[in-house]
Amino acid sequence: MLYLRLYWEFFQTGLFAVGGGMATLPFLKQIGESTGWYTYGDLMNILAVSESTPGPIGINMATYVGFTVGGLPGAVIATLGEITPSILVILIIARLLKSFRDNRYVDSAFYGLRPASTGLIGAACASVFLEVLLGGKVVGSGWLNRIQWDGGTDWRVWLLAAVLLVLTNFVKPAKKLHPIVWIAASAAVGIACHLGGA
Amino acid sequence: MKELWMLFCTFAKVGVMTFGGGMAMIPILQREVVEERHWATEEELADYYAISQCTPGIIAVNTATFIGQKRRGIAGGIAATLGVVFPSLVIISVLAGLITGFSHLPAVQNAFAGIRVCVCVLIFNATRKLLKKSVIDGCTAVIFLLVLLGGIFLKLSPVWFVLAAAVIGIMLKDRKARAE
Repeated sequence: MLYLRLYWEFFQTGLFAVGGGMATLPFLKQIGESTGWYTYGDLMNILAVSESTPGPIGINMATYVGFTVGGLPGAVIATLGEITPSILVILIIARLLKSFRDNRYVDSAFYGLRPASTGLIGAACASVFLEVLLGGKVVGSGWLNRIQWDGGTDWRVWLLAAVLLVLTNFVKPAKKLHPIVWIAASAAVGIACHLGGA
Repeated sequence: MKELWMLFCTFAKVGVMTFGGGMAMIPILQREVVEERHWATEEELADYYAISQCTPGIIAVNTATFIGQKRRGIAGGIAATLGVVFPSLVIISVLAGLITGFSHLPAVQNAFAGIRVCVCVLIFNATRKLLKKSVIDGCTAVIFLLVLLGGIFLKLSPVWFVLAAAVIGIMLKDRKARAE
């Protein structure tokens, strides 16, 4: 039953996440919230590991989440669930390749889909900022979410975030480095400064 | 059968060497698929990649399915796709097992506290890059803002936002076409 649910949740993710690996993040967040399988904090760790290991990020995340929920069979089932819609959709499109690319409706749909996909990733980004930098949390009650503040902020966290933001966006040679460099450096800073409080 | 196995192995190799997002995959695909195996031309690869970006799912998986199905039909598509995800399954399962085993150590907890800050910045950068490509005029800016706010404050599955955006996209373009 658990595996069936897992497959179905990832099937939906594969079917509706448009625009690559990062676009699956809002879906994974929602799965965690609605099933209680993992927290948003767990998901951030999963994303970090997925960015730092070989393989497409989206597949790495699906495998990792599946493993967290149901061990090795869970990893296989979540990954298969996520790729099933891709295989079906691509096999159909491959048959009508030209007409798909030139189709007016497909083009128009993507005019709306692209900013929406970015908006969803932006919303996921806002939740991460809230949790990691501001010590707040989005909690749901009925249809609406509200923000709950449950902790102070740590100036060292802000400093690390600011330094990373500047280095990854504005400093010429550093900008080109692979994310794994920043993830490894942040891990080192975390250990050196006891950021986790442990 | 031999070619299916070749598809699986080649794409497993592509999977191992793809480090990060779909973009990182292009030079590797060019070498493995176009230059070594001659399974597709440079132009076909560019076409497949473009379509893979605007169909649902992971871009790397979509591209693999495309090339596999071109060589060997449905079985080929499935073989190539399983190949591209196979290394992830092995590597992540081993790592996830290890991390779970060590997660109680203070050093691991502190390391992940630092890593979370980094993930924050990485997601922010990803959003910023996507923003440049997807928000191209007033209408797309409004869609972006509405979905952003809705995604934060409404307890609603992302599926509904995606479906609504596709319908709105079609309606907006339709109105524009009629106005012209």
